[in-house]
This record gives sequence, C-alpha cells and structure tokens, in this order.
Amino acid sequence: MERFVQVVVDGIATGSIYAAMALALVLIFRSTGIVNFAQGEMAMFSTFVAWGLYEAGVPIGLAALTTLGLSFIVGMAIERALIRHFEGGEPLTLVIVTLGMFILLNSLAGWIWGFENRGFPSLFADETVTLGGVRLSVESLGIVAVLLVVVGLLFLLFQRTKIGLAMRAAALNPESSALVGVRVGTMLMLGWGLAAALGALAGVLVAPRLFLDVNLMGSVLIYAFAAAALGGFDSALGAVVGGWVIGVSETLAGTYVDFIGADLKILVPLAIIFVVLLVRPTGLFGSREVARA
Amino acid sequence: MSLLEVEQLHAAYGPVRVLEGIDFSVEQGQKVAMLGPNGAGKTTVLRALSGMVHTRGRAEFDGRTLVGRSTADIARRGVAHVPEGRGTFPTLSVEENLRLGAYVRRDGDAVRADLERVYGWFPRLSERRSQSAGSLSGGEQQMLAVARALMLRPRLLMLDEPSLGLAPIVAKELFGVLRKICADEGMTVLLVEQNAGLALDLADHAYVLESGRIALSGEADQIKDDDKVRRSYLGL
Repeated sequence: MERFVQVVVDGIATGSIYAAMALALVLIFRSTGIVNFAQGEMAMFSTFVAWGLYEAGVPIGLAALTTLGLSFIVGMAIERALIRHFEGGEPLTLVIVTLGMFILLNSLAGWIWGFENRGFPSLFADETVTLGGVRLSVESLGIVAVLLVVVGLLFLLFQRTKIGLAMRAAALNPESSALVGVRVGTMLMLGWGLAAALGALAGVLVAPRLFLDVNLMGSVLIYAFAAAALGGFDSALGAVVGGWVIGVSETLAGTYVDFIGADLKILVPLAIIFVVLLVRPTGLFGSREVARA
Repeated sequence: MSLLEVEQLHAAYGPVRVLEGIDFSVEQGQKVAMLGPNGAGKTTVLRALSGMVHTRGRAEFDGRTLVGRSTADIARRGVAHVPEGRGTFPTLSVEENLRLGAYVRRDGDAVRADLERVYGWFPRLSERRSQSAGSLSGGEQQMLAVARALMLRPRLLMLDEPSLGLAPIVAKELFGVLRKICADEGMTVLLVEQNAGLALDLADHAYVLESGRIALSGEADQIKDDDKVRRSYLGL
C-alpha cells in the first residue's frame, strides 16, 4: 500500500509538470487558435537562463523566480515583435512560424551553452516526509503544491479580475472586445508572457529529474500535447486533469505491469487518450460552442 | 458645433468602395437614423466611425478626429457601437458581458450602480445575470448588446440594425425600451436600421443612404409623411 501511494504521488508530481506545460499551450491556443510548437524550446531556453544564474552564484529559488519574470517579458516581446505580424492570417502560417522558432531556439541554445548534459539543482530539499504512515519525497509534494498555487492564481486572474475578463473576451471575439475598448493586442501579448512563464516553470521543475540539455523539453512537450488533447485544448481545468491522468497512468503502468517497464510506459497514456477522444472528440472538458441563434 | 461631424467620408473594403463621400452631423442629444436599402452602406458608416474599415475623409467627435484611430481608442472616447449580429460573448455570463461594457471605466462604484440601472431597464437580463449569453433568446441577446453598450456611459450610442432577426413584437418592445432610455438619459443616438417605421418613430432626424451616397435628409416626421420618399426609398 505504501508503495502504491508513493507511486501515485510521484505520478501526480510528474503530471503536474506536464500540466504546467499543457496550460501554456492552452493559453496560446485559446487566444490565437494555434498550437505553439516552440513552447517547449522557449521553456528549455528559460531553464538554461535559470541554470546560468545559478552557476553565477544566485540561489536556485531566486534564480527560478527571476527566470519566470524574464520569461514573462521575453514571451511578451516575442508576441509583439514576431507573432503580431501573422495574427489574423492563415493559421498554418503561424504554425510554421512557431516551428521556425522551435528550430531557431534549439540551435541558439546549443550555440550558447553547448550540447552536453548538465545537472540542474532541485528547488526542493532531497528529503522525505512521513504523511499518514507513508514516506513521500519533498520534491514530489513540492511540485504538486507549486502547481496548485499557480492554478489558483490563474483562476483568480481569469475569473476575478477585470484584466482576466478582458483576456478571455479578447480570445473569444477580438472585434467585440475592441468595441468595448479592450486593446486586443495587449491581451494577446499578456497571454504569450504568461505562457512563457508557465513553460519556464515546467522547465525548472523537470530539469532536476532529467538532465539539462537542448532537448530537455522534447518529451515533456509531447506529454503536454497529450494532456491538452485529453483535457480539451480550450480548457485550463482539462489541461491539469489531463496532465495528472497521464502522469499517474504512466507511472503506475511502468511500476506494476512487468512487460511495460520504463520503455513502453508512454503507450499507456496514449491508449487512454485514444479511447477518450474516440468517445469525446473535444476532450474531457473541451467545449463545442453552443449558442442559440 | 455638432457632437459628431462627418464630411466627405469615404470607406472601402479592399478595392470595393462602399462610401463615396458622405456628409452628416449628429447634435448633442439628437437621435439620428440612417436608412436605406440593403447594400447602401449603412453598416459601413458605423464601421468607418469605429475604425473597423479603411476610411478617408473627416469625422470629428467632440472636436477630435476619429479617422485613423484604433477601435479601442474610439470606444475609450465614449463611442459605443452595438454591431450587427450583436457581438455578445456567448460563453461568458450576462453579467460578465455587462462588466466588459464598462471595461474602460475606472469608477467602480458608479459601474455597480449602472449595472443595477441597466437591469432596471432590462429586467429579463437581471433574471438571467449568471446564465451564459449564448443561452439567451435572440431578443434577449440584442437587449444584452444594447445594455453592454450603455455600460460604457457612452456620449454617442451607435446601433446597427437592432431589429434584425427579431420577431416584430420583440423588435417593438426593444424600441420601446430604447425610447425610454433616450428620454431618461438624453442619449445621443446614431441608428442604422432597415425597419424604417421603427427607426423614424425613435429618431429626430433621418438620412437616407443610397449606393454609398446620402440621397436625402430631413426631419423624421417629414420623411415619415412624405409618400414619395416612403415609396421610393423605404418600401413602406
């Protein structure tokens, strides 16, 4: 039983990292209508910046926070300088632009920091705590706590503040939003900034579990796509639940089903997604817009 | 000087010219109707004033030019535009739609008071305040669109075909409320409408638009009583 709880908590922690990344994808998808393929590489780049700060002697917690702030600013700058020119055009053009950004950021990171693996310090103490008779790692609990706080803050932002309401409106109907005085461009810019910060968060959380290199976010991005597809690409709640389902099912199958092990465990969440999307094409929490004429 | 003065306004969608130089004005507190057949350019007049279409010419609102300004800036100056097709946010609640109407205002207490005032004019919106806008009937959605525009406390209210797609009795009810609001608030209105009968009952002054030009203008009462105008332009 103790082992089972440990595995589930660990799965939720892994899933929380996927969820942070999936939230970034959902934010951009809702406002721009496209999937930002460069989201993972933006996160990888941010993680290198955090690593650089840490190597320069900044404590890891402060380095991570600084990186989140920088990522927010750079995310906004990317929207303003690059994405803005393609908005409202062919969605495919914008998708290609993000693919270009993917390649550019990957190469740029390699050019600056090289291609070797680097260790990345954890934000959390390498200890365990005993809760209800079960020993759990502080890192796993910490990751889950961080995600819950972030989700809570996002909820407050979007549901309880004027600027959050305007961001939702700008995503739903840019023309009507402009007619009530919302500066739609600014809202999109904020969305890109938030997404970049969420990606950076996923990066600094996952880097200690893997090694930091230019391909750090490759598999995380795929799991995040899967989480978003499972939850419904336009649902923030779906992204979180999707991330958790994938994280837990993957860890459980890897631990308890002998022939699956570490190599095949990715198949389990993919099978779940396949079945869910067959039954509900919009994902668990995705919406088809329903309106009376 | 008029609140809104328009001179030689041209507008085009790409190569397609829709407005071929029109002149008109709206006085403070006046209710002006823009009438005319389908495709005459009525909707484009409002879209040009809101900066939603490529525009040339002079359009001054309270002495400041509107041409070349962004749609959001124009709204921030107090021009509320209820677009054709209503433009409500279907997945947001009724109250969220109304709060968005007051987005540019910084006077929170007055906004809360206005919310109740608007619910007073449209009691059915009050009953449905937490429902999603998409679940409202067509008439209720049009009321929501008007109510949202009023939340700006506009100095000019522009309405594009508010009766479109509504059952005659619902359209009549809506115009009844509009008349009451205009009387209560001394609202300045620029109304685009195909239903000339309803529009002329509300308006003080009317312009008839034909192929992107103003074909005639006059007091609403005169136009309503002129048989020739009614037959040739308004189909009454």
